[in-house]
Amino acid sequence: MVSVLTDARRARHIAERVPDPEMPMLTLADLGVLREVTVEPDGTVVAVLTPTYSGCPAMAEMRAGVAARLSAAGYERVEVRTVLDPPWTTDWITPEGRRKLAEHGIAPPGPAPRQPSGPVPLLLSATRHVVACPRCGASDTEETSRFGATSCKALWRCRACREPFEYVKEI
Amino acid sequence: MSDDHVYLTLAEGHEDDTRWAYGTGFEDPLYGVDTAVPDGVDREGLAALCLALGDDALVSAQRLAEWTTRAPELEEEVALANIGLDLLGQARLLYARCGQVDGTGRSEDVYAYFRAPDDFRNVALAELPNGDFAFTIARLLILASWRLAHFERLTASPDPVLAAIAAKGVKELTYHRQYAAEWVVRLGDGTEESRRRMRAGLDGLVPYLGELFDAHDAKTDVLAVLRQVTEAADLPLPEVPSCQGGLGRDGAHTEHLAPLLAELQSVARAHPGATW
Ligand SMILES: [Zn+2]
Repeated sequence: MVSVLTDARRARHIAERVPDPEMPMLTLADLGVLREVTVEPDGTVVAVLTPTYSGCPAMAEMRAGVAARLSAAGYERVEVRTVLDPPWTTDWITPEGRRKLAEHGIAPPGPAPRQPSGPVPLLLSATRHVVACPRCGASDTEETSRFGATSCKALWRCRACREPFEYVKEI
Repeated sequence: MSDDHVYLTLAEGHEDDTRWAYGTGFEDPLYGVDTAVPDGVDREGLAALCLALGDDALVSAQRLAEWTTRAPELEEEVALANIGLDLLGQARLLYARCGQVDGTGRSEDVYAYFRAPDDFRNVALAELPNGDFAFTIARLLILASWRLAHFERLTASPDPVLAAIAAKGVKELTYHRQYAAEWVVRLGDGTEESRRRMRAGLDGLVPYLGELFDAHDAKTDVLAVLRQVTEAADLPLPEVPSCQGGLGRDGAHTEHLAPLLAELQSVARAHPGATW
């Protein structure tokens, strides 16, 4: 039993360090998509992932990455499961993940909007929270497009240093 | 690239079930999900619902993808493509669920690539040609609002898989609706020409709204959004026809669906099981 627990910890450690294919400065643990790693009594390692966006093409690569790393570490039976519920939120990006994003010039997300019960309100003149420029730290920034190179990012621009930057939008 | 790059793990020798792209079973979108159907769930009704919502999403995604290289600005092209990608992801999940529930075990590819236009259950509104940017935006506002309202209710579905697909979809659709709503206001409240086109876009959709609202209490929510947005844009609220059944949901489509599907399905049908 002790060895199974130790084994689970080791397996988790390996799976945690698999990089995200789209933002390779982040690990799956940083991104918050690796929900659980356990070892079954028969030795099968079960890693549980949760997808970010419905259409995120990186999901298959994440799964392949976890399986490949665990196999390479000597685990013969590896199973990767998916949980859809509760849905992933950017709130699960760890403080370490946020630090790495900022370090790479990508503004980390603010708190995800709380989902009230009933219809989601449409705010046409929403006062958006301040996104600090990841390069110079200025708060005088503006959104140029809510959609960017990957599903999870928006395009912003800093009015102080004039640099464009990406921003992981809250979801 | 170091071996840290996860895409490399895909390029390593793998078996038949890990190929790229369509027709390959490269990735079951519900892979590793507990897919049991709870007792007491009306499987036929659930399958029909998944199919209709999946078809709306696939056809919409295809139309949005047609804007690639044609949008007025790069940012809008990226936005429309991203929205299409979200919808494609929703379609894949819904098709996969449909195949589990209807007992056929069909894969997402069978639904997307190997059905005839008559077998599609999307609303006609989704298949209309893109028109100009204003028309596309008007349609996006209406479809995103309708789908969001519908998905909000489906988060309480007795089927846990559909409920989870809906819960994820709600987050995405909120962004889609927001994007469309802001553009309707911008165009409606813009120049004389943009205002004329925005109004024409909304008016052009009116004949197709009845089908969308039929038998769904999402109508109230959609109308509330339309009222809010047209008011902010100082546009007249289009007159919405009363509910009418049929058309796309019954497989009776406009002449526009067949060419759309012919293009979408051409490669899969010409080279079944091809890989690259
Ligand atoms: Zn700056």
